[in-house]
Amino acid sequence: MTHPGILETVEALGETTYIADPAQIVSVCTAFRDAEKFNRISSITAVDWHPAEPRFEVVYHLHSTSGKKRVRIKCRLPGAKPEIDSVTSVWRGANWYERETFDMFGIGFRNHPNLVRILMPLDWEGHPLRKDYPVHGYKYGYSNE
Amino acid sequence: MKKIFEEHTQTMPALEELPASPSAPRRMTLNMGPQHPSTHGVLRIVLELEGETIVSSEPDIGFLHTGIEKECEQKHWQQVVTLTDRVDYLANLSNNLVYCLAVEKLLQIEIPPRAQWMRVMMTELSRIQSHLVWLGTHALDIGAMSVFFYCFREREDILRILEKFSGQRMMGSYIRIGGLALEPPRGWHETIGKFMKQFGSRVDQYEELLDTNPIWTRRTKGVGFISLEDMLDWGITGPMIRGAGLAMDARKDEPYSSYDKFDFKVITRTENDVYARYRVRLGELRESAKIVTQALEGMPEGPWQADAPHVVLPDREKMKTQMESLIYHFKIVTEGFRVPAGEVFQVVESPRGEIAYYVVSDGTSKPYRVHMRTPSFGNLQGLPPMLNGILIADSIAALGSMDFVLGDTDR
Repeated sequence: MTHPGILETVEALGETTYIADPAQIVSVCTAFRDAEKFNRISSITAVDWHPAEPRFEVVYHLHSTSGKKRVRIKCRLPGAKPEIDSVTSVWRGANWYERETFDMFGIGFRNHPNLVRILMPLDWEGHPLRKDYPVHGYKYGYSNE
Repeated sequence: MKKIFEEHTQTMPALEELPASPSAPRRMTLNMGPQHPSTHGVLRIVLELEGETIVSSEPDIGFLHTGIEKECEQKHWQQVVTLTDRVDYLANLSNNLVYCLAVEKLLQIEIPPRAQWMRVMMTELSRIQSHLVWLGTHALDIGAMSVFFYCFREREDILRILEKFSGQRMMGSYIRIGGLALEPPRGWHETIGKFMKQFGSRVDQYEELLDTNPIWTRRTKGVGFISLEDMLDWGITGPMIRGAGLAMDARKDEPYSSYDKFDFKVITRTENDVYARYRVRLGELRESAKIVTQALEGMPEGPWQADAPHVVLPDREKMKTQMESLIYHFKIVTEGFRVPAGEVFQVVESPRGEIAYYVVSDGTSKPYRVHMRTPSFGNLQGLPPMLNGILIADSIAALGSMDFVLGDTDR
C-alpha cells in the first residue's frame, strides 16, 4: 500500500505497521478504508516515549472484515502541543477512542465532535497515562518521594 | 453529556410557561443513573425523553476506572496477569489468554499442545459461565426471574470446577505466560465430564422456559435494531454483529492457541434484534459445550508449561536440589524476566466480542505500555443509535442484549 502520507512500512512478528505523517492522517485512513477495505477501526491509542522527542506516538489499529486482515498505523507527535486531525469522519467508531486518548495523554484531536474527558471526571487536571504523571495521582497525599 | 447538561440548566423554562395541551409533549432529561439494577454495572445514561420515548441518549462511563493500564506499567510481566483478570471480571480467562498470547509472541516461545488444549477448555468453560450470567440477568431485567436461579445453579458448578483448578472461583489467573499456573488437579477429567453430561439438558431447560414464551417473544422480537453498516462503523463486535448476519469470530478468522483443531460452528442469525442475539448466545453455549467435550476426549499428553527456563518458574523439587533451577527461580521472582523490545496486537474472541491487547515492550522486565481494546468500550459507543426512538422498557431489553461489563469498559 503506497500513499504520499506513508513514510515507512515495518513488518515484524507477522504484523504490518505503517509509519504515517500526522498531517495527512485523514487522507491515509480514507485510503485504507476505501482502497484496502478496512471497514473497522479496532482501536486508537497512544504511547508516551518521554523523554524522547517526538514524544507521543498515536497508534491506529484497523481491521478488514472481508479480507480478515489487520494493520497498524503510527504517527509521532511532539510533546509540546500534540495535535492531530480526528478520523471520526472516516469511521464514527473512532469517537470514544480519541476521547480516551485525549483524556489519558492530552493529545488534541481537531474537528472531533465532542472532545471531553471520558474516563476521568470532567474537572480533572493532568493526563494520567503520561510517563511523568505519578501512579498514585495528585489528589491524595500518598506520595513518599 | 456536558452539552446536554448545560443546555438544560440554562434554558429549561419554568413550568408555567410550558404549553399545557397534551398535543405538545414536554422533554424531560432523565438520569438512568450509575446506580441502577439494569445497567449491569455503574453506567450512567443521560436520557432525553418525550413521554416514554427516548429522543436522545448519551452514555457516561468512567465510574469504574481504576487505572489498570497505568498499573500494568509498574509490575513485572508475569504479575500483570493478575491485573488482567479484573478487567472483564466475568470472562477472566479470556483476558488472561489474550495477554499471555501477546507476551508469548514477543518472547517467541512455543507453548506445548497440552497447555494449549487446557487453555481452550478453560476459556470455553469461562465463556459458558459468562453467557449464563448474561442469560440470567437479562431474563431477570425483562421479568423472567426463575431463569436467573437456573443459570446460576449451573454457574455454581463451573465456579467449583475453576476453584478446583486454580484455587479461586473467579479471579483465578489460571493462564500464565508460558502455559498454565498450576498442574491440572487430580480427577479433573471426571469432574468436568460429569458436568458436561448434564449440561446439554440444562440448556434445553432454559430454551423451554423462554423460547416460545409469548411475553419473552413480545418483549424481544423487533427490539433493539441497529443496522449492520452502523455496527461496523461504530465498532460493535461479538454476538451483536453475529445476530445481524456477519460471521465475525476471531476463533475462526485468526485462530490462536490451537482453536483450528476443534470443530465448532459460528452461530449467526439475520433478524438483528434482541431475540436474535439471545438465540446466538444460546447457540454459543451449546458450541462451547461441544468444544469442552472435544477437549476432554482428545487432550494430548505432555508438559503443561513451555520449555523456557528463563521465563517459566522451575519445578519446586528441582529448585530445591539443582543450582541452576535455584538461580533461575531467584532471578525470575526478584527481577522478572526480560521481554525483547517490540510491539504486538493480539486478538481473542471473548464472550462480549473482540478483545485485543496492544503490548509494547522496551526490553526491560516491566511492560512499557499495555493497551486493552475491550469489547464493551467499543460496543457502548453504539448505544445511542440503538436507543434513540424506542420506549424505555424496550431500552432495558436492548441494553441487556449488548452484554457489556463495566470493568471491561472503564478498566
